[in-house]
Amino acid sequence: MGTTASKSMRNVFGETLTELTQQDARTVALDGDLGNSTRLAFVEKENPSAFLQMGIAEQNMVGVAAGLASCGQIPWVCSFGAFISRRAYDQIVVSVDQPSLNVKLVGSYSGLLTSNTGKTHHSFEDIAMMTLLPNMVVLSPGDALEARQAMEAMQRYDGPVYLRLSRDETLDILPGSDRKFAIGKSYQLASGQNVACLSTGAMTPRVYEAVQNLQEEGVHVTHLHFPTIKPLDEQAIVAAARQHDHLITIEEHFVAHGFGGMVSRVTSRDEPVRMTRIGIEDAYSQCGKDPELLDEHGLSSDALTERLRTIYEQVSSS
Amino acid sequence: MDQLIMHAAGIRKGVIETVYQQKQGHVGGPLSAADILSVLYFDIMTIKPEDPDWPERDRFVLSKGHSAIGLYVTLALRGYFPYAELATFDALHSRLQAHPDMTKLPGLDMSTGSLGQGISSGVGMALAAKRQNKAYKTYVLLGDGESQEGQVWEAARVAERYQLGNLVVIVDANNLQQYGWQSDDKNGRDTPDSNHGAKWKAFGWNVSEVDGHDISALKETLQHITSAPDGKPKAVIAHTVKGKGVSFMEGNFKWHSNVPTDEEFEHAMSELEEV
Ligand SMILES: Cc1ncc(C[n+]2csc(CCOP(=O)(O)OP(=O)(O)O)c2C)c(N)n1
Repeated sequence: MGTTASKSMRNVFGETLTELTQQDARTVALDGDLGNSTRLAFVEKENPSAFLQMGIAEQNMVGVAAGLASCGQIPWVCSFGAFISRRAYDQIVVSVDQPSLNVKLVGSYSGLLTSNTGKTHHSFEDIAMMTLLPNMVVLSPGDALEARQAMEAMQRYDGPVYLRLSRDETLDILPGSDRKFAIGKSYQLASGQNVACLSTGAMTPRVYEAVQNLQEEGVHVTHLHFPTIKPLDEQAIVAAARQHDHLITIEEHFVAHGFGGMVSRVTSRDEPVRMTRIGIEDAYSQCGKDPELLDEHGLSSDALTERLRTIYEQVSSS
Repeated sequence: MDQLIMHAAGIRKGVIETVYQQKQGHVGGPLSAADILSVLYFDIMTIKPEDPDWPERDRFVLSKGHSAIGLYVTLALRGYFPYAELATFDALHSRLQAHPDMTKLPGLDMSTGSLGQGISSGVGMALAAKRQNKAYKTYVLLGDGESQEGQVWEAARVAERYQLGNLVVIVDANNLQQYGWQSDDKNGRDTPDSNHGAKWKAFGWNVSEVDGHDISALKETLQHITSAPDGKPKAVIAHTVKGKGVSFMEGNFKWHSNVPTDEEFEHAMSELEEV
């Protein structure tokens, strides 16, 4: 841990999708003119007949995917998270989710780290929007290896899925690289007392680092990673709520209606517990380099170390 | 005329310098639009840089919002804000965001960055002028790749229906987008859409075609169409070259968004100095 992974999530995405198209000829990649950024271009290079350039027209692209899926094809549609979710939402609802078609939607460059492009390109709404849809499975892997495993599971799964990817090198593989990915399952990365941290996506490696930092100080908190946001691993949430005094959810998304909101829906119903929801607060973001933005929003490993310690001390002294 | 040519060169230099210094930003699109921006801001548009909110001002919408740095350099050269502020482009807490943010920088008439949306707000501005009996005109700079968005054509239809003769859309037709389609072109990619004029005509617009790097032709065309008596909205198809002005960037999709190396920077600046 702590070192940067040799491979970025987006490169692994491009490589894995290329393989999936080679293994199953029904598989087809749809690009919204961002293939050189998202690495969908790998598919075009290695297997050109499995690549369709739909141009800068996300709404149409999602509709075309629905039609392809209705005829037995397996379309993978990819754009930046901001555009695929916000721009094409009604198409996703009516043409994909309501008929429950086998369309794989990929939001690349999700969250805050979008290569310094600012608020138009940040996606802090996509978890909320996608989890709202009754038939949608929502996956949010924490490292490049898990992104690959999630894609293989998506390919086997028959139905609409949203895959939330980060652009850059995540921190190196999460521990337990032998773990088996399964849709709907969470994983425990650290165990401790009083406080449990629940994180998703590329936040998990940063939380993992923060939890390690605290361990060195003799503070032990539990850490659970949720690569699936829907269907949510409710059992693990209820168990964590029973065993701890305080839950902390952490995500690169608006806190108001994201992963934390999904978790608190479960706890408020089944096992009420004090919670802190960490993420993007209720204001628009702006440009900045990745480390600056993480610091600005209190989401860097260092900022998280402080925040988790503060909560831990409050919980332990009350 | 020479002045406008100098301003266009100044815009190009400012773009290259800023992107090089900040190690961020789009290059090809701003360079293809530099001559258009020069003619609009230094000749055609009625504006008051010292009073950016002046209600009677002509409006400008950068629908292809990723070319923001081109617009910022133009605004700085025109006196909207100190030139030195360009050094904050794309930095944390800057007014010069990667995509235009009207809540931050005076002189920006609309926030953009998600392609296809700017033209619709331009339609709204033109409608507002009519409803308020104002004489200002609204100019929208649209990408040719951007024109793949269905919203562009939704806007085109409504503008025709309400006879928005006070609306001018300039299409920066540089035949490239970010990635586009494979082609036999020397750089391997293009935007296979050569018939912009016919499309806008079919939507009932008054269409002109012009070399988007010929300053005097641009000026004449814009003067001519804005004085046209008809109520039709106006489309100017500006035939341009992406990366125009820097030989190794011209017509190469890789310079859509790329940071020059030290050598490339020197090379680009020396070419632009020659203008
Ligand atoms: C809705 C939306 N989809 C995708 C993008 C990402 N994007 C930014 S610029 C660009 C290409 C634009 O091409 P064009 O309009 O031709 O502009 P130019 O070539 O003049 O730079 C793309 C796909 C975006 N900003 N908005």
